[in-house]
Amino acid sequence: MNLLNLVVALPAVGFVLLLFFPKDNHGAIRKASLAISLLIFVVSLGLTSGFSAPHTVFRFETDTVWISSPEIRYHVGLDGVSVWLVLLSTFLTPIGILVSWRHIDHHVKEFYAFLLLLEVGLVGVFAALDLFLFYVFWEVSLVPMYFLIGIWGHERRIYAAVKFFLFTMAGSVLMLAAIIYLYLQAKTFDYVLILDKLNSGELALTSAQSFYLFLAFFIAFAIKVPLFPLHTWLPDAHVEAPTAGSVMLASVMLKMGTYGLLRFCLPMFPTASREAAPWVVFLAIVGIIYGALVAMVQPNMKKLVAYSSVSHLGFVVLGIFSFNQFGMDGAVYQMLNHGISTGALFMLVGYMYERRHSLEIAAYGGVSTPAPNLAIVFMITTLASVGLPMLNNFVGEFLVLQGAALVNFKWAICAALGVILSAVYMLWLYQRAFFGPAPEEVQSHMYDLSPREWAAILPMIVMMVWLGTYTRPFLGAIGPANAVIRWTVESHLEYKVDRSSPAPLARVQEVPRAR
Amino acid sequence: MPASALPSLTDLIRYLPEIILAVFGTLVMVLAPVARQRHNHVLGSIALAGLATAMAGAVYSGLTPGIAFGGMAVVDGFATFFRLLVFTVGILTVLASFHYMEREKVETGEYYALILFSIAGQSIMVTANELIMMFIGLETSSIATYILAGYLREDKRAIEAAVKYFLLGSFATAFLLYGIALIYGGTGSTNLMEIRQILSGGERMPSRLLVGASAALMFVGLAFKVSAAPFQIWTPDVYQGAPAPVTAFLSAGPKSAAFAIFLRIYMTSFAPITAAWEDIVWGSALLTMIIGNFAALTQTNVKRLLAYSSIAHAGYVMVALAAHSEVGTAAAMFYLAAYSFMNVGAFAVIGHFARKGERYVQVDDLAGLGTRHPGLAALLTIFLLSLIGIPLTGGFFGKFYIFRAALESKLIWLTILGLLNSAVAAYYYLRILVVMYMREPGEASEGLIPLTAGTRTALWASAAATLLLGIFPSLVLDFADSAAAMFQ
Repeated sequence: MNLLNLVVALPAVGFVLLLFFPKDNHGAIRKASLAISLLIFVVSLGLTSGFSAPHTVFRFETDTVWISSPEIRYHVGLDGVSVWLVLLSTFLTPIGILVSWRHIDHHVKEFYAFLLLLEVGLVGVFAALDLFLFYVFWEVSLVPMYFLIGIWGHERRIYAAVKFFLFTMAGSVLMLAAIIYLYLQAKTFDYVLILDKLNSGELALTSAQSFYLFLAFFIAFAIKVPLFPLHTWLPDAHVEAPTAGSVMLASVMLKMGTYGLLRFCLPMFPTASREAAPWVVFLAIVGIIYGALVAMVQPNMKKLVAYSSVSHLGFVVLGIFSFNQFGMDGAVYQMLNHGISTGALFMLVGYMYERRHSLEIAAYGGVSTPAPNLAIVFMITTLASVGLPMLNNFVGEFLVLQGAALVNFKWAICAALGVILSAVYMLWLYQRAFFGPAPEEVQSHMYDLSPREWAAILPMIVMMVWLGTYTRPFLGAIGPANAVIRWTVESHLEYKVDRSSPAPLARVQEVPRAR
Repeated sequence: MPASALPSLTDLIRYLPEIILAVFGTLVMVLAPVARQRHNHVLGSIALAGLATAMAGAVYSGLTPGIAFGGMAVVDGFATFFRLLVFTVGILTVLASFHYMEREKVETGEYYALILFSIAGQSIMVTANELIMMFIGLETSSIATYILAGYLREDKRAIEAAVKYFLLGSFATAFLLYGIALIYGGTGSTNLMEIRQILSGGERMPSRLLVGASAALMFVGLAFKVSAAPFQIWTPDVYQGAPAPVTAFLSAGPKSAAFAIFLRIYMTSFAPITAAWEDIVWGSALLTMIIGNFAALTQTNVKRLLAYSSIAHAGYVMVALAAHSEVGTAAAMFYLAAYSFMNVGAFAVIGHFARKGERYVQVDDLAGLGTRHPGLAALLTIFLLSLIGIPLTGGFFGKFYIFRAALESKLIWLTILGLLNSAVAAYYYLRILVVMYMREPGEASEGLIPLTAGTRTALWASAAATLLLGIFPSLVLDFADSAAAMFQ
């Protein structure tokens, strides 16, 4: 059996298995779901091989008919971009299970079952190569997250859950319309075939058609990213979600949007993407600065991290829409970085909440005295998040800024402001929460990290250092995959390239035609 | 006509399901006085047996398609599809009624007989090949359902529902009959195919005014029956007031059958004058979706909420009708099948939860159902997710096929507005989910007895069908496709 199918199917199997567990045996449920998710992660490690060579076909492909008429195929496969996002999902699910170990004490079975169902959706979204299948997984991931926020969240959880659901749904129905429309033009839902038909000229969309199709896909993805001004669901969802929900939402689900932009919007509608780029970049930069400024004044830690996500994701969109190798590589790298460092921040905030039962920064202070280990880990994560060299975010942000600078230097300057601001709000948060005199409540409640908490956070720290120091395994796979996407974009743009923007400096090796 | 005055064996075989239903319906009525109160299940079981036999009969007669009774009726794939659908709805309704009728302590003899007669009427409707047969079927079905709506005669709401349904319903049927009369006057025929030929042009083409008036009048009558705007006003009151299993039945069986004749008339007889009616259907589809979804947003009574939701779903099927294509017809058929399962399922859950006298039918009453009765809540969740249109449920594929058909017919705005409507709809279905899972349990979820065998079977079967249609839609869609292809 194809390894990728196994990674898609195992969480579903785990989900069904969990349903048969006795409801009150919480220990067994936790252990079983941890074991399943770890198994999935180990299996998914096998997916990482063989992406560094320049390649144009997807690996681990399976392509069979699911529904005969209209033909909808179960077509999955990975390239150097999606493989890391699949791995990010399988990596974070066991961590999400670990951080919920003690925190979740009611409806335990349902909670872990939903986490596994979420994993099915996430892995599926990144693996799907059939537009219809992609949409199915996209929607499937929505339901468990809705319940995770709505059942196990904080006070305003219902509002947040419904808002999250409706925002995403509104975007995705437009995408569905676009997918159906595209199917009627191309007579297939298969992404690879559609791309072939577009490249060979067999399927020619008028510029109006491709613009509206681009727009429909773009809105769905922009809501998910979320791109300013469609971001308003995000702070609510993050603040109200339980820790594991926030981690999965920030680290993986937001990437569904940026991944969609990169995978579908750019290659299928290259001209429209190019033409929309200035606007998109404008929104991305506004998001970077706006997110950072709003984060700076948040009294609530989770909200602060949530707005910092808006800012960080702006970088990713900026990188994607710079249309050059640096920017796009940086964007993908930044997707992983953000997944690790923001995920870790949400975990740490969750740890603190479990002790002190407050998310207000003002409720803390001097935490480093009673909990030195927590303080150290938080420090490392903070530094990673602000882009300190040798830690992960630096690499991604650097590449994105370089890519942006190649297109328009002003973009890079504006975006760099966001990096500076991120240092301000993160370090200020750290100072207020961890330094200074420790109030009585902090002294009595803030015990240090437990072994279980260490077990959950340590892999994240390792990944921060790894991603920050040894980029080759990741960029080695991302680069060629992005080159293929770039090739697809540029092959349509003969008559557009010599406008104002200078040609990209770095050209990767010539890529053979897609199959 | 000497020899052909007597029906041949082939005629009888093609009409087997209707005959079986009539026989079983009469049997139930005859046995009703004999069977005492505690033998209620006997009558229900006879009804079930009748429906199952009729189903077998439908399959058998569907094997040799063709016309019967000199062209009055036709057994084609389309008819067989809808026959099986309404029989299935009937079986689910009867299963869900066992416990309900026992709980409400009412005589069940006439109840089951009326359900069988109503289904026989629907079966006549979907096999009718000419307008008079359609009308007879529609009246048979309608009159039975008027009584069913008011079956709990101690209950004021039920009486109100029945009276309203009867008055408005007979008014609407009169419109339909008037339309039939006009088209007969114009073309000299009530046979669908003949009317089609005459309307295709030529010397026998009647005046446009006459045809237009006839199509419009028939549209009014049929739009009423499927609760399409602007003739949907009766739906919320009737669905709210009628006993829950009857509501489940009304929202699926008669509605599907009415859509079947809607499709048959407008796709055959009135196909030549498409240009005259497609804009009306377009507008009605949009209006139906908008009224249904937006009115449902503020409802606090679950039955009323689901009533508005069923209006909205009629709107989606109208979109398929507006597409007036083979694909659209197949999409409508698939949608009605998916819709019947999820809607009957949802109403059956509500009917079980409501307790005696339907005390607990507010959305808020469902608070904490997910904690107290996770199984029942999970079933309702499946139906609601399908009503929202989440992938891997039948409702999703139904919507998908409908909007694909609409886009294929270049109805781009209708598609976009329809899909946005379905995003709005998510809100009120989510509200039920919110209450079930995210609120503290209230007193209403206390003391709920476990599902009885009949209800459980109905619910599990509906849920299984909803998921099956969502994962392997080809099972039904291929059938619908080939049936719709025969139709042109």
